[in-house]
Amino acid sequence: MQSNIEENKSDYEHPLRDFWVGFSANKGALIGLAFILFFVFLAVFAPLLSPHSPSELQENALRLPPSFYEGGNASFFFGTDDVGRDLLSRLIYGARISMGVGFLVVFLSASVGTLLGLMAGYFGGKVDWLIMRFVDILMAFPSILLAIVVVSVMGPGLFNAIVAVAIVACPSFIRIVRASAMEERKKQYVMASKTFGASSFRIMFSEILPNCMAPLIVQISLGFSDGILNVAALGFLGLGAQAPTPEWGIMLADARAFISSDPWLVTLPGLCILFVVLGFNLLGDGLRDTLDPRLKK
Amino acid sequence: MLNFLLKRLIDLVPTLLGVSLLAFFVIRLVPGDPVMLMLGERGADPKVYQEMKRELGLDKPILSQYQSFLINSFRGDLGRSLVSKRKVTEEFFGRFPATLELGLCALFFAALIGIPLGILAALKRNSFFDYFLMGGSLVGYSMPIFWWGLILIIIFSVGLGLTPVSGRIDVLYDVPTITGFYLVDTLSPEVLAEEGLAPFISAISHLILPSIAMGTIPLAVLARMTRSSMLEVMGEDYIRTAKAKGLPYKKIVLIHGLRNALIPIITVLGLMFGSIITGAILTETIFSWPGIGKWLVASINARDYPVIQGGVLFIATMVVLINLAVDFVYAVINPKMR
Repeated sequence: MQSNIEENKSDYEHPLRDFWVGFSANKGALIGLAFILFFVFLAVFAPLLSPHSPSELQENALRLPPSFYEGGNASFFFGTDDVGRDLLSRLIYGARISMGVGFLVVFLSASVGTLLGLMAGYFGGKVDWLIMRFVDILMAFPSILLAIVVVSVMGPGLFNAIVAVAIVACPSFIRIVRASAMEERKKQYVMASKTFGASSFRIMFSEILPNCMAPLIVQISLGFSDGILNVAALGFLGLGAQAPTPEWGIMLADARAFISSDPWLVTLPGLCILFVVLGFNLLGDGLRDTLDPRLKK
Repeated sequence: MLNFLLKRLIDLVPTLLGVSLLAFFVIRLVPGDPVMLMLGERGADPKVYQEMKRELGLDKPILSQYQSFLINSFRGDLGRSLVSKRKVTEEFFGRFPATLELGLCALFFAALIGIPLGILAALKRNSFFDYFLMGGSLVGYSMPIFWWGLILIIIFSVGLGLTPVSGRIDVLYDVPTITGFYLVDTLSPEVLAEEGLAPFISAISHLILPSIAMGTIPLAVLARMTRSSMLEVMGEDYIRTAKAKGLPYKKIVLIHGLRNALIPIITVLGLMFGSIITGAILTETIFSWPGIGKWLVASINARDYPVIQGGVLFIATMVVLINLAVDFVYAVINPKMR
């Protein structure tokens, strides 16, 4: 008897530990997490890490090549841009903006999307129909096009671009939460909660929502990548952040004129966008493999 | 199945109404006076102001404005561009073939490479090749195409001098508009008689880089989709039966496997129309491709609201109708739906 209990005890694993065992076996997810942590580190310690101010103009050092090229200057590691700003410092501060952008987009779209998705899935019927038509309407607009429409109404700017991209991102959250909520609604624990007289609000948020977390967490990770990519695209089109903000999308747009003479001005900001987006996509994929019970061994 | 299709058709009505409302409010939600905004530096001559207000129908009550907007849209009248003074529909259809040609080439490129790679990855599951390919497809999926296009230009146009940087065709050639597709129009008898194959080759060389830039994300999506769809199908009973019958492996993969794996892939291809437009907006801006993407971005910068309104309405309606058509096709080709 005694030994039996102990055996059971050693078999038990905390869900988080169980999650980590699966997650850490996924190399892609770990690489993604490493990319993200790297950029978070840059974002948090930007003032300490960047050798110059991102807006400081060096009048006698325009478009210097990176320091490891001929003609480079050791104090400007990645060289300078067309008005003499240190590229490395701007890239580091750009991490701050991109991470902030990703967070805000996800925060806005996930909160609105989760609320609407829970309502659609839990109430069903007319509420569901209405919310799903709203989703259909948003989905009829290709993502960048809808964001452009919103920005053209609200005016260009970083914050408006974030709101626009968050609106675009809502449907995927609504659909994912709705699908899980519809499944959960039929289960017995919801029924039990209902018989105890719990309010709809309580059932939705403290009963159903925790059980929709797995797909929601995956979508949050993917939401970061889509959000960062779309806001950067708007910046590139001149509809997002405005100069002199050190945002990677505008930095790319500004560098277009020097594409043949100074290709590194184009290459580096784009690589930053690629690695951040790739990081969140890798993480999202890894989370899906780990959290989705259907794929579990 | 009939019920499902009927339900989809009924749901279409509120969706299209919502889309039209959204397009309708593009002009009207702009903070401040839209007419003043559009007149901009041309000054505020009261006569011009009133005239424009009347032309846009902004002097009537909002409900009757929406009513006439709906009726005019149905008649195919989306107003006139403030910049070119031409009809929005005329401008749209003048540019649409360029976007469609580029989009089809991009999808062709994506399918031509993505589907075979996906099949190979599925057949060599968990091999190094499989991991490499799936990692690569995730990189492709994460690609900021506005950067990717510029990198392609740096490598192939600036560095190697292989392809032109921008435009649809060399300015030397004057191609008559027959279909609007340069790949077709440059092969018309009169062009062939006058210039030979040179215009056609020029058109192709202008298409290569934008097609790669625009096709990269669809390629990544298709490769991943094909792989998972193939893996699913290859585990089915009828594949085991085919193997048990001793059919050649190639035949099993290509005929029994691929044909069934293609059903979801075709669906995804159809649903990619929306992302093609997104791709077009960015790709056309980079390569100065004279299609609707570049046109829309230019209109936004010029505050040409009738164009934005009309273009948005057009594209959204097309996306909705194409998605509906894809659902219909899916219902017809997928035996499980019957």
